[in-house]
Amino acid sequence: MAIDIRSSLGRIAQTAAGAVLTGIAHAVAAPRVVRLCPPLGATPRIYIANHTSNADTVLIWACLSRRERRRVRPVAAADYWLKSPLRRFIGKGVFNAVLIERNPEDRTQDPVAQMTAAIDAGFSLILFPEGRRNEGEVPLLPLKSGIYHLARSRPDLEIVPVWIENLNGVLPRGEVIPVPLICTLTFGPPISPDLRGAEGEKARFLAGLAERMLALSPAGHDRSTPAVGDPPAPADPQGGAQP
Amino acid sequence: MTELAALFVLVALTLGAASLAAHLIRNRVGPTAFVENLTQRIDAWWVMCIVLGVAFALGPGATILLFAFLSFAVLREFLTLTRRSRADHYALIFAFFVALPVQYLAIWQDWYGFFTVFIPVWTFMILPTLSVLRGQTEGFLTRMAETQWALMVSVFCVSHVPALLFLDIPGFDKSGVLLVAFLVIVVQGSDVLQYIWGKMLGRTKVAPRTSPSKTWEGLIGGTLSAALLGAALFWLTPFPPLTAGLLAFVCAIVGFFGGLVLSAVKRDRGVKDWGTTIEGHGGFLDRLDGVVFAALIFFHLLRFFWVTNPETFNIVF
Repeated sequence: MAIDIRSSLGRIAQTAAGAVLTGIAHAVAAPRVVRLCPPLGATPRIYIANHTSNADTVLIWACLSRRERRRVRPVAAADYWLKSPLRRFIGKGVFNAVLIERNPEDRTQDPVAQMTAAIDAGFSLILFPEGRRNEGEVPLLPLKSGIYHLARSRPDLEIVPVWIENLNGVLPRGEVIPVPLICTLTFGPPISPDLRGAEGEKARFLAGLAERMLALSPAGHDRSTPAVGDPPAPADPQGGAQP
Repeated sequence: MTELAALFVLVALTLGAASLAAHLIRNRVGPTAFVENLTQRIDAWWVMCIVLGVAFALGPGATILLFAFLSFAVLREFLTLTRRSRADHYALIFAFFVALPVQYLAIWQDWYGFFTVFIPVWTFMILPTLSVLRGQTEGFLTRMAETQWALMVSVFCVSHVPALLFLDIPGFDKSGVLLVAFLVIVVQGSDVLQYIWGKMLGRTKVAPRTSPSKTWEGLIGGTLSAALLGAALFWLTPFPPLTAGLLAFVCAIVGFFGGLVLSAVKRDRGVKDWGTTIEGHGGFLDRLDGVVFAALIFFHLLRFFWVTNPETFNIVF
């Protein structure tokens, strides 16, 4: 009995914390959501997003519907989310995150295997394929190969590119107090990658995904008028990967 | 407050007529994009008028709080589009969490000597000081100028609407809320009337590159009808119809140029609207763009001619 009460109390605390986090995300970042994809259906999805802020996971999660939130697990760094009891509670309890070990030398579990297991259990994932936070001037870092291996082992997945704009302006690295600017979250049209028999196409696949992500950014809609201070856009970002 | 009650009835009748007209047009021509947008706009007008009406009825405190919130919403839209760098984080925090509340506290305290200089003088120095300490010099002048502009438009100008509440015009014993209502109705009315005149007669564009929908026909017809509207609403002000009409005309003209200036800012930043919050209208600043400039001029005209120098000018009016 005691255990039952405890776990149901825990569940209430998780739901309440989820509601509070969603409320804070909406109040602080006032996300404008542009949805170019249908709601999550029966096919599991991988939402792949650019990563510029610690709050990226919270914001995407807050912009999903309540039904979607129950079926979507963010992929996040174990060392970050297991650091303190509060982070552990939010990371594991509220987000139900798939926690992966970042340092290849100390790994006890294979990240791709962890993600595949979650997909096989019927979950969708939120993944930041750059692998780390982008703090430089380029809009997107080169994508890590995990998403490629995932797409190859589960070919009926949908990949939904997501672009988060302006969140690093709200809370830049190392700052504590957020500035309540307006963020834009664009959920792009789903991609159904059919990689069966596409051995050796990794570089092209990853470059294609990066291009689909960048196309959702403001610079992507409007490449003709780069903002002041932006580096000039490369003539053909795909060029190098073409055979 | 019989004036306020009368105003509520008039506004409700006007919006009722507009909703009915939109309904009849829809029955005639079907749900075209134009009719849908018109209906959305009228529905948003209902919401905006009800929110304003409730704040007015609750009194000065609620009215100030409402405009403080509007300032926040506008500042957020403005600063989302301005150029900034990570080094400006403290400056931006100052803008949102110090400058805005302090300005509205000063308005609430009716501390004229402070609220007229706080943003143009104190903030003007504090913002660049906060940023310069972080050492990022690239685009410094642009970043600082744009942040200061955001505060001037969103906080300084908007706060002059509730500043009307405490304007002590000799011989005017009614609530200052009526002056706020007069300004808002005249400027917003002028906007709607310019739209209607422009749709009916508009040919010659005023500034085709900045705002393709603004025409001379709309501007002249709209501002003159706004002057008539102001004259008809003289009972909200301490003035006879002619003076009220003249003030309404000035507010409408200034409001027009305010809208044009802020359209130029939008073009510069490559957006069509400031936001997406108010359906059919865009963002908060899309709806308030005329009011921000007109509020400043209306406040200072009233103060100069009727509060500080009434003896000098009472022969004229």
